Amino acid sequence: MNLRVNGEVVTVPDSVRTIKGVIDHFNINNPVIIVEHNDTILDKNAHEKTQIFEGDKIELVQFVGGG
Amino acid sequence: MLTINDKQFHSRLLLGTGKYPNFDIQKQAVEVSESEILTFTVRRMNIYEPSQPNFLEKIDLDKVNLLPNTAGAKTAQEAVRHAKLAQASGLCDMIKVEVIGCDKTLLPDPVETLKATEELLKEGFTVLPYTSDDVVLAKRLEELGAHAIMPGASPIGSGQGIINPLHLRFIVEQTKVPVIVDAGIGSPADAAIAMELGADAVLLNTAVSAADDPVKMAKAMKLAIEAGRLGYEAGRIPKKRTATASSPMEGLSIG
Repeated sequence: MNLRVNGEVVTVPDSVRTIKGVIDHFNINNPVIIVEHNDTILDKNAHEKTQIFEGDKIELVQFVGGG
Repeated sequence: MLTINDKQFHSRLLLGTGKYPNFDIQKQAVEVSESEILTFTVRRMNIYEPSQPNFLEKIDLDKVNLLPNTAGAKTAQEAVRHAKLAQASGLCDMIKVEVIGCDKTLLPDPVETLKATEELLKEGFTVLPYTSDDVVLAKRLEELGAHAIMPGASPIGSGQGIINPLHLRFIVEQTKVPVIVDAGIGSPADAAIAMELGADAVLLNTAVSAADDPVKMAKAMKLAIEAGRLGYEAGRIPKKRTATASSPMEGLSIG
């Protein structure tokens, strides 16, 4: 399945079906992961139940240092 | 105590988390600063380097409050998006509105700052807008309901200190919510002056993170802010044109 993740087209296995699956696929283990799915910002508790489909646009965002 | 909306803080130093030499020095600097509010920003992850260390792993989130900013936004709409992304972390409800209107000076866009503040207040955020030292704009932001006003001392990262103390004083005198001097502080003296002018707090980043010894500078800033606040509360003497002896004249001729 092709997705657009952080502006780049990426291919993930068909076994990846949810936002949580995408996060795990990329081995992301940041303490804080914020997700925007097709321009909708997801509640942090919604990652596991939010399903993904071909062509979905996903933004994975984190907190970084800033002033 | 510093009160922002419904939260109270002992420390009057808000510390930025950008540009430290490494996370260990940053952690030490945060600890000695005794700051209870740390600023962050939201950015895309690098999905190809997922194990990049993150400073949040180093700090005790029970001890500090996160104040995400909307840095990078150039419109109110972008600022609102950044704020909502930050809020979705479930870690914070405060937001520092930062909408830059000029790439060269990094000065804030007053119109977009006002719009973003209004929108985020409607959404229920605790809103702390970073603004210029414009007295009328500060008033308009407070009238909208901003929970603090954050006038810049001088351009971000410039270290030029307070270039318009008169305007800062005007803002302090007219504002009922906390005034947090944000951006441009270069030295502990600058921070102390901001506090002596009556600011409720100071937000700084580069002055500590880019100092030769960030940890020592964090401590210096903490002490300067405390000294400045005490000086403000104590009330300085008026300046006089002429000398006034401190020692008594009586008993001068002891021979």
